[in-house]
Amino acid sequence: MTEHTAKAFDADLQELGRMVAEMGGLAEKQIADALDALARRDVHFAQRIIGEDARIDALQRAIEERGILTIARRQPMAVDLREIVAALRVANDLERIGDLAKNIGKRVVALEGEFDSQRLMRGLEHMTELVLAQIKDVLDAYARRDVARAMAVWRSDEDVDAVNNSLFRELLTYMLEDPRNITACIHLLFCAKNIERIGDHATNIAETVYYMVEGRMPPDERPKGDTTSYTPATVKT
Amino acid sequence: MNIASIAAARTDDAIDRALRREKISIRNLSFHYASNRALNAISLPLYEHHVTAFIGPSGCGKSTLLRVLNRMYDLYPDQRAEGEVLVDGVDVLAPHQDVNLLRSRIGMVFQKPTPFPMSIYENIAFGARLYERLSAADLGMRVEQALRRAALWDEVKDKLATSGLSLSGGQQQRLCIARSIAVRPEVILLDEPCSALDPISTAKIEELIDELKEDYTIVIVTHNMQQAARVSDYTAFMYLGELVEFDATSRMFTSPGDKRTQDYITGRFG
Repeated sequence: MTEHTAKAFDADLQELGRMVAEMGGLAEKQIADALDALARRDVHFAQRIIGEDARIDALQRAIEERGILTIARRQPMAVDLREIVAALRVANDLERIGDLAKNIGKRVVALEGEFDSQRLMRGLEHMTELVLAQIKDVLDAYARRDVARAMAVWRSDEDVDAVNNSLFRELLTYMLEDPRNITACIHLLFCAKNIERIGDHATNIAETVYYMVEGRMPPDERPKGDTTSYTPATVKT
Repeated sequence: MNIASIAAARTDDAIDRALRREKISIRNLSFHYASNRALNAISLPLYEHHVTAFIGPSGCGKSTLLRVLNRMYDLYPDQRAEGEVLVDGVDVLAPHQDVNLLRSRIGMVFQKPTPFPMSIYENIAFGARLYERLSAADLGMRVEQALRRAALWDEVKDKLATSGLSLSGGQQQRLCIARSIAVRPEVILLDEPCSALDPISTAKIEELIDELKEDYTIVIVTHNMQQAARVSDYTAFMYLGELVEFDATSRMFTSPGDKRTQDYITGRFG
């Protein structure tokens, strides 16, 4: 893009982009760390993850302040305005992603008992890999204003939903098998739900990238694959 | 308007499109100052009861275009226009047109306030008397109406006999707007009406433009992009005598279609 006649305006926008990138990096790390802490049941590490969330929150506030100040000072139009609105929206999604990672950390701390299933953990790890790849791709798409790549993320959310559905069924089975598993399974269920919701935020960011570049929202409904709300629990009597 | 298309319209924008009517149609308009071409084949609708803003860098032809609409250029011998400017379907560029009548239908307000060196009352009454024979009482009513419409009445009602030149810049500009309203025009052309005014006077004029569009068709030339975004319904971006883009203002300032428009409104030009 050509430069502004007022160079300081370019500097403002670049700084906003840089802050969003930094925030994105932190959020990615928080997700990976939270799952690592969960896999290893590392309560100390989980507590550190919970503390780290404050940095993400602080960055979100800084982005918001800078965005608002830039609007007030420059009265941005067209692509500039969309860029600032996009930075604010993406920061919002990243802040929520940070909260969801923190929540996984809290559940690691709360998780007690002997319940341990390698198969389940592999499922969660696989889901996290998918979501992390989505976040990475969508943040790259944001940084490069790459609509095609953003839309690929937007469409790929179905895969995450599919894994989430199968995890849901599996957890249901464990709980039906032995009621002592219920507490742990509920925590894990929420961890899976958190990861799935992180994926939803990635698709939000993809929509924002589309809006930022094209000046309108993406055209059609996104495919949705999360059917856990409809999965019947058949209880034998 | 088309009843079926109004019924089918789902958004405010679509309803507006179904209801709007072209008050002025500019068709293939070119304009020359001696041998210099200032406008090149401009075609553009101006919708009734809407505000249309002309924006563009200095020398792009936006003021020239405004001046063609009421044939201000007739005052200068070596300036000429080609093409059509249809007002309610009638070409006002045609030679037999009564220019004085045209200017009573299409009023104009300039960048610098231009009150006549006479009383506030006479500033308004002067124009009305030119076009109509009014009784003293009717004339008094007309003056009051025009001043009220221009949101100036409360500030000047106790000093109508004092000189128009004694008013502040913002008041003088509203006086000029009142003067153009007094002859009951159909279209009001505003050539950078706020560029010499402070922010408060500017806000008052913008408020006024919002109210006046209910009765008139308004065209405004402005260098202030934010002003165009605030007051207009449609925006035309001009560059080097050409019309680059014309669209709803809401679209022009959020996602314009042409790269030159984008560069201009975001401050990336030249």
